[in-house]
Amino acid sequence: MAHKPINIPVVTAEPVDTDVFIKGLWRQNPIFVQVLGMCPTLAVTNSAINALTMGLATLFVLVMSCGLVSLLRRVIPHHGRIAGFVLIVATFVTIADYAIQAVSLEVHKALGAFVSLIVVNCIILGRIEAFAAKNDLKPAVLDALGMGLGFAAALLVLGGVRELLGSGSIFGARLFGESFAPWVVMLLPSGGFLVLGVLVLGVAWLKTGQAEESK
Amino acid sequence: MNSDPLWSIFLNAALVNNFVLAYFLGICPFLGVSGKLTTATRMGLAVTFVMVIASAAAYLIHGLLVWLNVEFLQLISYIVVIAGTVQLVEMFIRKASPALFRALGIFLPLITTNCAILGLALFQTNRGYGLLQCLVFALGAGAGFTLALVLMAGLREKLELVTVPQLAKGTAVSLMLAGILSLTFMGFAGIAV
Repeated sequence: MAHKPINIPVVTAEPVDTDVFIKGLWRQNPIFVQVLGMCPTLAVTNSAINALTMGLATLFVLVMSCGLVSLLRRVIPHHGRIAGFVLIVATFVTIADYAIQAVSLEVHKALGAFVSLIVVNCIILGRIEAFAAKNDLKPAVLDALGMGLGFAAALLVLGGVRELLGSGSIFGARLFGESFAPWVVMLLPSGGFLVLGVLVLGVAWLKTGQAEESK
Repeated sequence: MNSDPLWSIFLNAALVNNFVLAYFLGICPFLGVSGKLTTATRMGLAVTFVMVIASAAAYLIHGLLVWLNVEFLQLISYIVVIAGTVQLVEMFIRKASPALFRALGIFLPLITTNCAILGLALFQTNRGYGLLQCLVFALGAGAGFTLALVLMAGLREKLELVTVPQLAKGTAVSLMLAGILSLTFMGFAGIAV
């Protein structure tokens, strides 16, 4: 939900590097906890390979643009900062787009316009605005790495579940015998919503369990 | 040049391949602004408005980029054009109708980060639509977006009145609701257009 202010405590004191890195993986996972960047999350996770490509492309764009913004943060004027950030992100997205096209034309076709749409992925602008624009290069890159990996992992889980249920395979390798009847709905848009809803519910349940244990 | 008839483009964008429920574009406002029916309607109309203008602008820009032979700048120029359009629309509405401007409030500038707009610009370029086709496509996409948002808001207003497990409140139950809504929209896929 991009339109809610993101409630991430701004680290002002000396940030602990490992914590900066780890929080994106689970505690503040961009998809399951913050529910950001929903469009690519749902659109490209109908197979594990598409999900993985999307996750890696987003990771690349996130790390590169967070690093660059952190380096340039004293140069970019405050009023024009959003425009500046968007331009930086769009540049890296264009690079990622052409790179995917060069590596695998097939995957590029499957992802379609969604690689370009990384530009408007709320996670990237969110991390830049909330963290990279206020921190040094090292924590900014660590934060971006953690968030990007958390995003990619969540995408992979979603894509894996949907491919397993919808076509009975993982990365194109068939796991079940002939008798397996594919659950086609899982590959269709509505399956994306349903699987993500169940996963968000599961993560919330696990987290409450953890919170009770630590009490 | 694409030769799809206009009515088919409109129906396709609005129902069969609904931008929100089939292409997953504009999910953020779909989940974020669909709490109340009135705000959902206004948001839908504002997005439709920006879509039509951005679509025409993107068509012209694409022509210019092809003419200059610098098509790799497509993404960067589109996002700048959309941000500029939203700003222009904001200034125009403030002058022309202060009442509408107040009603839309913060939703207006936030349309810039709505991926449905950028998606629309990219799709129309990929499909090679002409100017008139682009405008009809934008209208259809806007109508589809508004429809999805209004339906979702209506459902969520009803959801306020029922008991939902504490854990599922908010995101999880909204997502499942969206899943069922998307399932019903698949019924339109039978209409081959």
